[in-house]
Amino acid sequence: MRVSLILGALLSGLALVAAAVSFFWTPADVTQLAIAQKLLPPSAEHWFGTDHFGRDMLSMIMVGARTSIAVALVAVGIGMGFGVPLGLVAAARSGSWLDETIMRGNDLVFAFPSLVIAILITAALGPSATNAIIAIGIFNIPVFARVTRGAALPLWTLDYVRAAQVAGKGRTRISLQHILPNVASLLIVQGTIQFSLGILAEAGLSYVGLGAQPPTPSWGRMLAEAQTMVALAPHVAVIPGLAIVVTVLGLNLLGDGLRDALDPRLRRSP
Amino acid sequence: MIETSKLAISIGTHDILHGISLRLPPGEITGLVGESGSGKSMAALAIMGLLPEGMRAEGRIGLDGLNLLDLPERELCRIRGKRIGMIFQEPMTALNPLMTIGDQVAEVLRIHEGLDRKTALLRARDRLDRVGLTAPRFPLTLYPHELSGGQRQRVAIALAIALRPELLIADEPTTALDVTTQAKILDLLKELVRDEGMALLLITHDLAVVAGVADRVAVMQHGVIVEEGPTEQVFRQQLHPYTRALFAASTHQPRLVLPSDQPRPLLQVEGAVREYPLPRRGLTGRRDSLRAVDGVSFHIDAGESVGLVGESGCGKSTLTRAILGLDRLQGGRILLEGQEIRAGHAMPPNLRARMQVVFQDPFGSFDPRWTVEQLVAEPFHLTGRPRDWREQVAEALFEVGIAGDAMRRHIHEFSGGQRQRIAIARALIIKPRLIVLDEAVSALDVRVRAQVLDLLAQLRVSHGLSYLFISHDLSVVRRITDRVMIMEKGRIVESGPTHAVLETPEHPYTASLLAATPQIPDGWSVHEQVNGVALSFPEP
Repeated sequence: MRVSLILGALLSGLALVAAAVSFFWTPADVTQLAIAQKLLPPSAEHWFGTDHFGRDMLSMIMVGARTSIAVALVAVGIGMGFGVPLGLVAAARSGSWLDETIMRGNDLVFAFPSLVIAILITAALGPSATNAIIAIGIFNIPVFARVTRGAALPLWTLDYVRAAQVAGKGRTRISLQHILPNVASLLIVQGTIQFSLGILAEAGLSYVGLGAQPPTPSWGRMLAEAQTMVALAPHVAVIPGLAIVVTVLGLNLLGDGLRDALDPRLRRSP
Repeated sequence: MIETSKLAISIGTHDILHGISLRLPPGEITGLVGESGSGKSMAALAIMGLLPEGMRAEGRIGLDGLNLLDLPERELCRIRGKRIGMIFQEPMTALNPLMTIGDQVAEVLRIHEGLDRKTALLRARDRLDRVGLTAPRFPLTLYPHELSGGQRQRVAIALAIALRPELLIADEPTTALDVTTQAKILDLLKELVRDEGMALLLITHDLAVVAGVADRVAVMQHGVIVEEGPTEQVFRQQLHPYTRALFAASTHQPRLVLPSDQPRPLLQVEGAVREYPLPRRGLTGRRDSLRAVDGVSFHIDAGESVGLVGESGCGKSTLTRAILGLDRLQGGRILLEGQEIRAGHAMPPNLRARMQVVFQDPFGSFDPRWTVEQLVAEPFHLTGRPRDWREQVAEALFEVGIAGDAMRRHIHEFSGGQRQRIAIARALIIKPRLIVLDEAVSALDVRVRAQVLDLLAQLRVSHGLSYLFISHDLSVVRRITDRVMIMEKGRIVESGPTHAVLETPEHPYTASLLAATPQIPDGWSVHEQVNGVALSFPEP
């Protein structure tokens, strides 16, 4: 338990630190082109090598972390902020018209491929990182609503919820005091999964040109641009790919570790 | 014949079982009795070779001169199911919900005997007939959800005996069943042992069940068999102090509480009706409804303890929910001290505060994320949390015998008996008039149960409480209630003073319940009634 928590925190912390540091300092300027030094392999001067414009890859990765993390974080925030309350309400009123409306609305959102919605949004609002956030965020809502409702439903039949009802507590209060804390561990795990999916989705949207726009670097766009050069300079594709893999892996480990750490049943008594 | 000698199980450096020597001769029923945590289920799992990961077994489990502990897993698979069968407590989860009962029984035959599906199904038919699920009414194509708990347990038995094993291990096979169903399943097991010459190892916490069916009995405490012998002899002699303590606890009579001379009605239920719609039969079919509670009327006086007895599905839970103001009634009304109970927001908090509840399951009754002081203080929501709420929580915990350092701990750190005490503390905290005890002692071991019953009797005196004691266990109801009501199919079929109803039942249903309740034969407990002192260990 401790191992996954620490390893997860370290790996995902790496991306966070890289993003934070990039605000003050990067090894080189990412807007500085140096065509003469294009596609250099990793060396002492350029740790991760350079891309086809001769930009320093390490700097690109650091600045790109900002975009990826910001997009994923806000998207998870949107998903949790709307999805969890909806799920709690649906569970508290399960079987009622309210439950039906919420869950069928969810199905409706699920029925659209996320890429299509992203294209619709960008068609209406123009491509940008913000619109990518909105598109990814909307797709997180039904995920969180479903997970919350599914986890909350069995809790509503438990005796401690009945005891709370006998203590005169209403559904809202029970949802907040008993149901939410007990589904929180699941939501945290789901949150880290959605966070990593968010990074992947941002990469995907940027890859097809619907996410962050040049010159803002993003891991997904770096991958997209590297596509044609994989044979010439594999590091150009491998490095942003590794950045995504390491961060997603770290987040998943962190989620597992957090779930265990937050459960009083698995904690040593003080 | 299967025989264990000096069987020991350990996990790490911790011993779970020690020196277990049991002979399980064919045609005999051996009862293994003990409280939860005594290691009786572990002994069964060891014989099956199904010990959880990390546990080590030593000693000998002999079968035809082989030691099962030395056999590799592959050979154990051939013995498991074929020569040793096992049934478990929970019939609801012991069967695969996606397979028909015929296929499930046939599967065993196909694996072990290599029969083709058709022959296997024929044999399965025969085995299901044998356990009383006969042909036209119970076709092989039924799914587990179409059967009741008792019928499912019969399927589980058919599965276990499909290959006529030499030994059948039954781990609390009737604990989850109603008394009348329990009696039938026990009869079936007895018959099977007699007719098929099988050995049966019956694991249970219930002395009365053992008294009724077992030829020999072994009493287990802390992983050691403390006493073993023919059932009647063990029951009559009670050589070991632990055996004596178990008996004393199972017949323990809490102090008598006299109801008040001037009865004043506290709870009145008048013609309560509650219906549930049933699923439509077909698209155009009529929508039937089930009357879970059908015109029930009764009252409880202040300071009185009233029992409500019935089997699962009789409507007692629905009635309880209505009394607690959690569910609406469709007819009739319920009054508490003259004020009508209405479900939902319409019910004023000060009315709710006069009534609290203790549930059966000591594990599900508490939010695992809250500390004990938060849990016990939860009913303060009704009255407003007083400034000295911590002192009051400590006081309530003290009254139920829980040490003060419990306050900041979480519920998983407590045993079942302690949790039930905490549940009682939670019910007491706002000083209600009525406490609904919903199977509140059913999940507890006999000695803990005796202690909790004592506590309830004592609190009734000190707090002037009334109890509505809901239970399926007549022997407990007999000891703690003044009056009893027997409920069947949503109606109260008989009610009256507890001793009168239970000694001279008038309604046939009451009589059948009484007849089905396992009892230790009168002459067997020759020891004088030991009082509360026996709950600690007396020296021999």
